[in-house]
Amino acid sequence: MTATMEPSSKVSSPRLDSKVPQTDDIANMWENHKFSMKLVNPNNKRKFSVIVVGTGLAGSSAAATLAELGYKVKAFTFHDSPRRAHSIAAQGGINAAKNYQNDGDSVHRLFYDTVKGGDYRSREANVHRLAEVSVNIIDQAAAQGVPFARDYGGLLDNRSFGGAQVSRTFYARGQTGQQLLLGAYSALNRQIESGGVEMHNRKEMLDLVVKDGQTCGIVTRDLLTGEVESHSAHAVVLATGGYGNVYYLSTNAMMCNVTAAWRAHRKGAFFANPCYTQIHPTCIPASDDHQSKLTLMSESLRNDGRIWVPKEFDDSRLAADIPEAERDYYLERKYPAFGNLVPRDVASRNAKTVVDEGRGVGPLKNGVFLDFADAIARDGAETIKAKYGNLFDMYANITGEDPYSRPMRIYPATHYTMGGLWVDYHLQTTVPGTYAIGEANFSDHGANRLGASALMQGLADGYFVLPYTIGDYLADKLGDGVVPTSDPVFAAAEAEVADQTNMWLSVNGTKSPEHYHRELGKIVWDRIGMARDKNGLEKAGDEIATLEEEFRKNVRVMGDGTSMNTELEKVGRVSDFFGLAKLKARDALVREESCGGHFRVESQTEEGEALRDDDNFSHVAAWEWNGEGADQTKHEEQLEFKHVKLSQRSYK
Amino acid sequence: MSENNINITLDVWRQNGPADKGHFETYEAKEISTDSSFLEMLDVVNERLIDDEKLPITFESDCREGICGTCSLMINGQAHGPNKGQATCQLHMRTFSDGDHITVEPFRAASFPVIKDLAVSRAALDTIQHAGGYVSVSTGSAPDANLTPVPKDAADLAMDAAACIGCGACVAACPNSAAQLFTSAKVNHLNLLPQGQSERWKRVEAMVDTMEDYFGTCTNHGECYEACPKEISLDFIAFMNRDYVKAKIKNRKLAGQK
Ligand SMILES: Cc1cc2nc3c(=O)[nH]c(=O)nc-3n(C[C@H](O)[C@H](O)[C@H](O)COP(=O)(O)OP(=O)(O)OC[C@H]3O[C@@H](n4cnc5c(N)ncnc54)[C@H](O)[C@@H]3O)c2cc1C
Ligand code: SF4
Ligand code: FES
Repeated sequence: MTATMEPSSKVSSPRLDSKVPQTDDIANMWENHKFSMKLVNPNNKRKFSVIVVGTGLAGSSAAATLAELGYKVKAFTFHDSPRRAHSIAAQGGINAAKNYQNDGDSVHRLFYDTVKGGDYRSREANVHRLAEVSVNIIDQAAAQGVPFARDYGGLLDNRSFGGAQVSRTFYARGQTGQQLLLGAYSALNRQIESGGVEMHNRKEMLDLVVKDGQTCGIVTRDLLTGEVESHSAHAVVLATGGYGNVYYLSTNAMMCNVTAAWRAHRKGAFFANPCYTQIHPTCIPASDDHQSKLTLMSESLRNDGRIWVPKEFDDSRLAADIPEAERDYYLERKYPAFGNLVPRDVASRNAKTVVDEGRGVGPLKNGVFLDFADAIARDGAETIKAKYGNLFDMYANITGEDPYSRPMRIYPATHYTMGGLWVDYHLQTTVPGTYAIGEANFSDHGANRLGASALMQGLADGYFVLPYTIGDYLADKLGDGVVPTSDPVFAAAEAEVADQTNMWLSVNGTKSPEHYHRELGKIVWDRIGMARDKNGLEKAGDEIATLEEEFRKNVRVMGDGTSMNTELEKVGRVSDFFGLAKLKARDALVREESCGGHFRVESQTEEGEALRDDDNFSHVAAWEWNGEGADQTKHEEQLEFKHVKLSQRSYK
Repeated sequence: MSENNINITLDVWRQNGPADKGHFETYEAKEISTDSSFLEMLDVVNERLIDDEKLPITFESDCREGICGTCSLMINGQAHGPNKGQATCQLHMRTFSDGDHITVEPFRAASFPVIKDLAVSRAALDTIQHAGGYVSVSTGSAPDANLTPVPKDAADLAMDAAACIGCGACVAACPNSAAQLFTSAKVNHLNLLPQGQSERWKRVEAMVDTMEDYFGTCTNHGECYEACPKEISLDFIAFMNRDYVKAKIKNRKLAGQK
């Protein structure tokens, strides 16, 4: 791969208008901005139709809220029901600056923690707004009947999470994502029942349709019949989740993919910071080659569990046989202030270091211990069970080991993607009329996301931000009809989708889409994983391109295009992962600094900590598609920090 | 064969679309790691079928950790297989022994039409939810969350009900294909909370009536509970029935004795 080293321009590209209000009063910025945006009056809202793709937390909350406001909404998911979206799997909790615990939390502190946790690579204005609306989310969810954990007085309980020194995380047992999604889904159901939302299950968006530079709709494929259809609207909202499955093995659900975002990218939406991926520190290590996904053990476990490895290399003794003096509680040793609660990237990298040193534990020596013995001795097994019972059960079921009597084994795994479609303060992409919300966009977490902040962001976007900002765009379109689906622009997009389907079915190669996905994942994990260097990234580019060429010539897609065919679904998604992987390698290569989840070996302090380079890289990298076969162009949005003082993160 | 590998024989239901009659086909699954999950075993079988240019077995799954409710297999006649409190995706091959013969079928019920092989449509469950599975509170109108304390027991009980993953195993396990356990989980999640009170009677009547449009009648077999991966309690059915009877009277009163 030829590395085109674009030196940083230090000014934002004119193509990236962040629309951040020009004011130093960040505390009132969003309130004032809401007042200055154009409104669509209630009677006119029904004249606008909006497509929402995705029904996870972000999509369900947006679709329901837009319909409540009176917009005509069509919602799409490739799942058989909106409630199966990947959001359902979130375990630990959701942050909000309620300060119910009276422990010094505030909107400003949540804002500050999130910007710092993101290693100063997020946009201050967006993050502040996120912290502000966080409190409304809890109110909304509680009113919907989300059964949050309560204390004996009946008030809401909190726990603390990595990267924070206050207790601001709300939770519903170990199933917070499930309960919040059921809440948003119930709001969506109410709108489906009343006709406000037209729900399309089992339909996959395969193209974004743009006419004269404006969004006019999408093309979908019915996953049961293969029928390709066009849907027009005044605006399209992509709430299609993250791209973590580019690593093949990740904690994401099997069907999570980048296709919707990638096809929008190909239609003009810039893709921002694809190199930022969060590798979560507390997952169950892989057991063999047929592993299809990895399971997360909620990070909340780090509140009570202590992480350690033997001091000795290649120590094969059982944990119980290793005396206290021969254990290395390496996080507590290196980071006395935060200890086991350091942010995820720091925890992950340290685990990799000790395993690479040969101090890993378990049959494949591919893990570290997460030990509850002290917590059980202190609080009793019953208390620990009440807090983490279902997680302990899950662990026991998967590994066949009992975590009450021996420490868990954990290892980092790909978990969340901070990069995504570039959006402005209005959550609009570079394609006018196309919005991206939730994990699909890039905006709030910088180079690293703090625990319990993704649920917060998805719901903030869907309930409280997008429903306002979309009006500002639509207000100008009053009186404009939608582009009819009979327009040639739709016919062309439909034909392209149909051609692609036929193309995959006719390759007639020898290896399954799954095979290529797995091979791609290995390259991405080895070269663009927890530690990256120039040499490896250049090789990654070449290796991915070579594998992709083989994939296109040699993939075997069984079955037909007119009935349910999961192989056919998969092949298109894998093909888009190839495109993304190449861009990811390139983005990682040109970001010659370490920040958050992006650790460049060349850029570290003497102690081996990530070393940012604010002079050259305090920007968002947003990539513009230039057509098949051509390299994307990099655009920069410079980040300004007026309200948080930049410092090298230190959790010592 | 390593000591962690087993050989098994599978009888798998193959049905090439809703109109096809369907039949069992037998596959030898050799050298399956006991550390893999049941679905990973099927992945391996499928990759081998593809290698032989045969159609892979269609089945559905997504989270593979027992929370999304997508996976849905009858394994040796049991919904989600032999282990209590587990979804199909949580079942591991260490549950089986070398030489075992395993039958794999889709969840069967009149209201769960087969789409292909082991995949069925469970859309009817959503229809029950549409009928009243919500609290009517539009975004932005909620008061501060701590203004309405919820007694811890009520919150815990509501959470027990809310844990339902909507997989439909209860329906598949029921000799009458009734959906009482699912519906009662959904109704009680909201009816047990202060936030759900305003619509309590309307909700239970609408959801139960919709359920009856699609599903069979409950005759208290209790098979649903045995199959349920979240061990949703049968008590919820009793609560729901009680609320339903009350609702029939109350709703008439509220509507002016019409
Ligand atoms: C195991 C796990 C635990 C987690 N725990 C936490 C936690 O405790 N706290 C926290 O804050 N975050 C947590 N996260 C992160 C968080 O769950 C996700 O970031 C968040 O739920 C993403 O929500 P979303 O709405 O953006 O997307 P998703 O929930 O991924 O939804 C995407 C939707 O888009 C649809 N879709 C995608 N592409 C298409 C297409 N082409 N056509 C049609 N439909 C499409 C899908 O069907 C789905 O409905 C966790 C993540 C994992 C993996
Ligand atoms: S009640 Fe149990 S078996 Fe029935 S849908 Fe819910 S989780 Fe599945
Ligand atoms: S695949 Fe999600 S519950 Fe089994």
